[in-house]
Amino acid sequence: MKFFEFIGQYVLFLVSLFSRPERFRVFVKQTFLEMSSIGVGSFGIVSLISLFTGAVSTVHIGYQLVSGLVPDYLIGRIVRDSNILEFSPTITSLVLAGKVGSSIASEIGTMKVSEQIDALEIMGVNSRNYLVLPKIVAGVFTIPILVVYAMGLSLIGGAISGEMSGIISIDFFVRGLRSDFIPFSVWFAMIKATTFAFIITSVSSFHGYKTEGGALEVGQSSTKAVVYSCMGIIFCDYLISTLLLGV
Amino acid sequence: MIEIKNIYKSFGEKDVLKDVSAKFYKGTCNFVIGASGSGKSVLMKTMVGLEQVDKGEITYDSRDFVAMSYNDKKTIRQEIGMLFQGTALFDSLTVEDNVAFPLRMFTKMTPAEVIERVNFCLKRVNLENVNKLFPSSLSGGMKKRVGIARAIALNPKYLFCDEPNSGLDPITSRLIDALIQEITEEYDITTIINTHDMKSLFDMGSNIVFIYKGEKWWEGEKEGIRSSGNTELLTFMKASEF
Repeated sequence: MKFFEFIGQYVLFLVSLFSRPERFRVFVKQTFLEMSSIGVGSFGIVSLISLFTGAVSTVHIGYQLVSGLVPDYLIGRIVRDSNILEFSPTITSLVLAGKVGSSIASEIGTMKVSEQIDALEIMGVNSRNYLVLPKIVAGVFTIPILVVYAMGLSLIGGAISGEMSGIISIDFFVRGLRSDFIPFSVWFAMIKATTFAFIITSVSSFHGYKTEGGALEVGQSSTKAVVYSCMGIIFCDYLISTLLLGV
Repeated sequence: MIEIKNIYKSFGEKDVLKDVSAKFYKGTCNFVIGASGSGKSVLMKTMVGLEQVDKGEITYDSRDFVAMSYNDKKTIRQEIGMLFQGTALFDSLTVEDNVAFPLRMFTKMTPAEVIERVNFCLKRVNLENVNKLFPSSLSGGMKKRVGIARAIALNPKYLFCDEPNSGLDPITSRLIDALIQEITEEYDITTIINTHDMKSLFDMGSNIVFIYKGEKWWEGEKEGIRSSGNTELLTFMKASEF
């Protein structure tokens, strides 16, 4: 029963977000600030994670395909597909759920318990529209860009680790990357990244907004935001994969 | 003038406000007093629309606030200034941006006019050269003054102050009281103050509403408190430090 109550509250929260911003100029400014915070602020962690994800996937695939019957370049192809279709969008989003999600929930939660949101409402500002909508718009535009960046970097990481460990030369790896490339894979990853971005920003904002009490509750909201965002990402990952790739 | 009639508010099974009616007059400091948990903060929140009333009427100069749509309420809310107990300044904005916030959201002032108005409001609350500071680097009294500057930025008709002296030393408390009173009289505002501070009440109060266990127990002029014969009110007054 609580699950349906949660879903109902979440849907009502989303409905209340979408109204015309008080001042479009202020909305655009807020959105760019959020883009900078989500995008530029996450650049380092995404670089690190994607480089090593690519590297590790090359090592694992190389380890499992030790056979004279399988051409080496297939390692590059499998690394490409696994990183573009799954690792880059999903792992990047899970990491961002931790970094961006907890930050959003604690920021909004602190504003809630320190009456800053009440102050906005009393001024006549739709606080949800003012605070949350720019975060969602910024996330939906920025996170897919980060995912594309992560894809590129994971392939570079894969190539470097293959060369350094002697599993596969860069030439063969690149040949694998180019073989039977299906452009829809990138679109598929973008659909996932956009969905995950919406989940991270909206679920985290929702938990921040529900905060009542003090510092302890802000921490709890932050934790819930990360947990629920990760659950949403995993569930939607399965759903989107089944719907778009299911045979 | 703000008038509330037969206000009821409950949270679940708990009745917080029961049949509260009162009038708050223009150009004077109207006080709502009562013990902690008596319902005075909930009363203030219902009056500004942060909580919905279960039953009753709230009128701002004969405009029925309860019956209004969300968008119509916005018009009245832009006529309201509020000083919060914890100041509720936006942490991520400088003092200047905090005071400028309502001006940028609701007026068509040019950036130069906004800064001019911000400087005027800050000067009015005796704060200068703090424009670029963040709230975290201000003292409690300075934060309250920035809160007042933000509340008066849009020339409000109604000013709500929730425990304006809480957490302040006695000297700063008197300065904040004097400031609220001056602004109320100067701009002919309907000011409503929630407080426990009886010194403030006797210094600047005119119309007083005493809330006890969610009900209006007494209403009148401060001169009438001692002769009211109201046991709970007299007990509350005697228990205070004043």
